[in-house]
Amino acid sequence: MEKRILTARFGKIDPLSIDDYIKNGGYEALEAAVKMESDTIIDEIETAKLRGRGGAAFPTFIKLKALVGEKEKTRYIVCNADEGEPGNFKDRHLMENDPHQMIEGMIISAYTTKAKKGYIYIRGEYDHSIAVVREALAQAREKGYLGKNILGAGFDFDIEIRSGAGAYVCGEEFALIESIEGKSGRSRPKPPFPTTAGVFMKPTMLNNVETFANIPHILEMGGKAYAKIGTESSKGTKLISLSGNIANRGVFEVPFGVSVKDAIAKLGRGVADGRKLKMVQLSGASGPILPPEKIDVPIDFDHDIGAGAIIVMDERTDVVDILLRHAEFFEHESCGKCTPCREGNLHLVRLLRKVQAGSATADDLRVMENLADVMINVSLCGLGQSAPIPLATALDGFGDQIRDRLAQTETKENA
Amino acid sequence: MSVLQNILKQNPKSEDYLIETLLSLQDAKDEPCISEEEIADIAEYYGISPTRVSSVASFYTLLSLRPRGKHVVQVCRDVPCYLNGSENILEAVKEALGCDIGETTADGLFTLEETSCLGNCDGSPSVRIGKKTYENLDSQKVKEIISGYREAK
Repeated sequence: MEKRILTARFGKIDPLSIDDYIKNGGYEALEAAVKMESDTIIDEIETAKLRGRGGAAFPTFIKLKALVGEKEKTRYIVCNADEGEPGNFKDRHLMENDPHQMIEGMIISAYTTKAKKGYIYIRGEYDHSIAVVREALAQAREKGYLGKNILGAGFDFDIEIRSGAGAYVCGEEFALIESIEGKSGRSRPKPPFPTTAGVFMKPTMLNNVETFANIPHILEMGGKAYAKIGTESSKGTKLISLSGNIANRGVFEVPFGVSVKDAIAKLGRGVADGRKLKMVQLSGASGPILPPEKIDVPIDFDHDIGAGAIIVMDERTDVVDILLRHAEFFEHESCGKCTPCREGNLHLVRLLRKVQAGSATADDLRVMENLADVMINVSLCGLGQSAPIPLATALDGFGDQIRDRLAQTETKENA
Repeated sequence: MSVLQNILKQNPKSEDYLIETLLSLQDAKDEPCISEEEIADIAEYYGISPTRVSSVASFYTLLSLRPRGKHVVQVCRDVPCYLNGSENILEAVKEALGCDIGETTADGLFTLEETSCLGNCDGSPSVRIGKKTYENLDSQKVKEIISGYREAK
């Protein structure tokens, strides 16, 4: 069931040894890339149908093409390692077990787009990831994979680490860019997109750790062979993070198309302590909450897999508790820039507390549904747009359990 | 040269290094927080307004304008840890420290905070103390860890 490409070297190499990486095929893709035309590299990535692994699933070749097509010659390559969505930890495993494939993917992207500078934005709580990546960058520099005239191919590129400082919203691309600029992490309206006006308003290609880590493998096996893995809409493999009440928690790499149900049963070895499954949440705090009968769906971009989190909750779990906890998370993490997200999350928390206390009315529930609708449709960035998804989906799958918690009073006519 | 002046010199004099500077400054101090004087000095160094510095310092959870204890204890409150008993961990930590969320112990050694997901859900429940994350905790384990910090001072 597993297919280990990005995780193939996990446990086999010393992540702090670039020599180990090189002995196991590392930097061969870069060596090959610098003998290729930029267009050929982009073609391979297009043929591979590589899409973003951070949750947005945007085709990577379009970003590369956009950057190449910009008049402005100062360009940036940015890696989003601000993994903060509850239930996701696969980027930490990628950085701490095999950091160079992400770096190699960034260098290939830089060669392709003639960018001279890159940033890896790692969340501040990932102390060990930051230490490993810092050492990996130093070793890459020493070996001549970073710096001036890389591999004698006449291009310069270097990467700097920027540490997050405890703000989930900085995983959103423009909030992250603002943070790299030394500002509070608040998103910007789009367009223009980062490929036109990103870091310091210059063309910027921003991708998730796992997306960059795929690039060397695509060049090694060729776009065509890569596109044979997975499903029609989703090519390659996906790293999934299994957590919650599951026997075997951890990161696993599967080809797209494996079902959520099978991943939980086989890789996760089922619900912990032989308990019964109550619900599964995909993608993390912002993803859909599904009842057991709806989890026989493929892990792919058409089924809200996000960055790959699968949170398993057993029969003891109360759906209202979970919704409230998520709502409190988003209330705390909202940057406060746009009204629907700032105020919407505040009111969702207030109303969910009422539901939990048994004092909410049917009108409160209608207000919550309205709020969710407004937030999903008009919030500035993905945070506000996705914060009400757990509520909206839980009302589908567990609506009776939520309505049972309402106060047994008549609703006021004009409330 | 002061601690702050040394830290400012570590990076180019460009305001995009503001967050790096604030984090390094906190790490270098016994009490991880940014003072008003430091905000004024940093603002002057980068040629930006003190308001800009304090707004950034107050935006990010890992930065603090309030004095905190030597060891900041962050208990994860999000769902994967919650499903694995983080509420018991929080109670055990409160008991061991004798203080509530947001408070600092009388000896100035610890400040208790709740944190959003630490990205350590495969080792939940998790707690971060200073720059170290502890995993697969139960009430007994977390109390022993805190005792260890207390003895080491």
